[in-house]
Amino acid sequence: MSTTNTIEAHGLRKHYGETTALDGVDLAVPARSVCALLGPNGAGKTTAVRILTTLSKADGGSATVAGFDVATEPGQVRRRLGLAAQDATVDGLLTGRENLTMIGEMHHLGRRVARRRGEELLEQFSLVEAGDKLAREYSGGMRRRLDLAATLVVRPEVLFLDEPTTGLDPRARNELWAVLDTLVDEGATVLLTTQYLEEAERLAREIMVIDHGRVIASGDARQLKREVGGDQLLIVPADPAELSRAAAILERVAGTRASVDPATRRVTAPAESGVAAIASVASELEASGIRVEDLGVHQPTLDDVFLTLTGAPVAPPESADSPAPEEALR
Amino acid sequence: MTVQAQQTASPVELPGPDARRGSALGDIWVVARRGLIHMRRQPEALADATVQPVMFVLLFAYVFGGAIAVPGGGDYKEFLMGGIFAQTIVFGGSFGVAVGIASDRSNGAMDRFRSLPIARSAVLGGHALANLIKVILPMILMSVCGLIVGWRINTGILEAAAGYALLLLFAFAMIWVGVLLGSMLSSPEAVQGVAFVAIFPLTFIASTFVPTSTLPGVLRTFAEWNPVSTLADSLRSLFGNPAGVVPPGSSWPLEHPILYTLIASVLVIGVCAPLAIHVFRRSIAD
Repeated sequence: MSTTNTIEAHGLRKHYGETTALDGVDLAVPARSVCALLGPNGAGKTTAVRILTTLSKADGGSATVAGFDVATEPGQVRRRLGLAAQDATVDGLLTGRENLTMIGEMHHLGRRVARRRGEELLEQFSLVEAGDKLAREYSGGMRRRLDLAATLVVRPEVLFLDEPTTGLDPRARNELWAVLDTLVDEGATVLLTTQYLEEAERLAREIMVIDHGRVIASGDARQLKREVGGDQLLIVPADPAELSRAAAILERVAGTRASVDPATRRVTAPAESGVAAIASVASELEASGIRVEDLGVHQPTLDDVFLTLTGAPVAPPESADSPAPEEALR
Repeated sequence: MTVQAQQTASPVELPGPDARRGSALGDIWVVARRGLIHMRRQPEALADATVQPVMFVLLFAYVFGGAIAVPGGGDYKEFLMGGIFAQTIVFGGSFGVAVGIASDRSNGAMDRFRSLPIARSAVLGGHALANLIKVILPMILMSVCGLIVGWRINTGILEAAAGYALLLLFAFAMIWVGVLLGSMLSSPEAVQGVAFVAIFPLTFIASTFVPTSTLPGVLRTFAEWNPVSTLADSLRSLFGNPAGVVPPGSSWPLEHPILYTLIASVLVIGVCAPLAIHVFRRSIAD
């Protein structure tokens, strides 16, 4: 009953038919901390969240949340958790106010307390004016806020947020991040999933990189980036025939191994200090007479982490919309 | 619009996790209230309980009514009402609940419910209760509409009450058929398709609009054992309407329509409810 970690999992396994969703995942999230599960679509993040929130049963392994076994005491776990599922599951035919009151009643707060708590949350999430509008008329950002408010109705000990900012525009995302900061300050334990290293870094102290149902790396953002090698230098030569010469220049300047992607004509290499190196790369390219379409330095993205850790890019050809903050020098 | 944690005068005090205890009935009522709000906000989805019965009363009373003779005499409008009641309750009972459960299963609402500490029976129980309350609406509408076109209850208050009670029981049985459909089918659209193909004929191959004695061979046998027929006939007999009396030598269900309807309702509930609960649980696992 008494564990030091609010969320703890050992060797979680889950299969869906032939597909292995989780292949022995261990987790330990200390009380009052934020942990991010970082990985691409289909890595097993949502499966892990579903098992920890009692929605799915694991095929193997065990897990406790707030000190209760998720398999044998799901009722106790449910009283103590808040879940914001991937697609905001607010009830579109209820108003914001009704949504929150209903969740409160389902937590057995009693109608009166549930109403007052709902009111408090509407205020906290700037939804008072929209409180009597049907949730289906809300914007994406408002729905997310209402969804998050709904998970907080009983001020739960543990929060699970499954890709909380997916589908939000940058402004709504920043607003949501600010709310999450507040929650953490107030002492909640949070497990969130994300596809974006930037988001994991912004919100979580501890990041676990998950791929094909396994945790392939963990640590804070700095440690992960160090593994990847800090900044990434990038050259896109105008002529594909110049790829290997460009790679050689990158390797010489950065002193690291360059990877070449002929399909996109991208040559990248990690560099401790990309900004310092970029000038030398530029002059070497100039000297060798290699014309470039793009030359730049960018922060490691999930793709880079994956490239380094698994030697392969993120499995499905997606995340074209990943917010890779490139500062390209043209 | 900025998001901020405004500290209001004093935060609402909440009981701790172990002090928050509820009851299955309370949880069922919360889910049922949600269902009723959904119905109120989607009037178009209530058409099966509002527009359709009124339309059918008027259509059959005035368009077909003149062409259909009631064996043994009597006013067709009076004969018709028992059938319309039965047909509407078959649709009104099964259809709405099936759509409600199928859409909850397909839009993530079920996950939300299952992550909350509500009783296991709350979701199905709440849907069933909401729909049982809902069918009272068409019962009232049809009665008023019937009274306007000339239908009368020619018996006492006890028989009339028994008639309405039998309708409610049958509605409850149909609700479990609906729960089963809603748990098996993957989307509200699929429910619409299946309901139309499976339930629509069931309500027509019966004594709903014409006496079963006018039907040919196999259809007649089917109609005589179809509980929709015996429900319609029970109502005719309980409300004192024509064709409530069956000629001697008819099949057993027609001679004992009330008893047969009771048995059929209990059987449907006894088979469909456990099956529906089983299918529902499997449909939301994992």
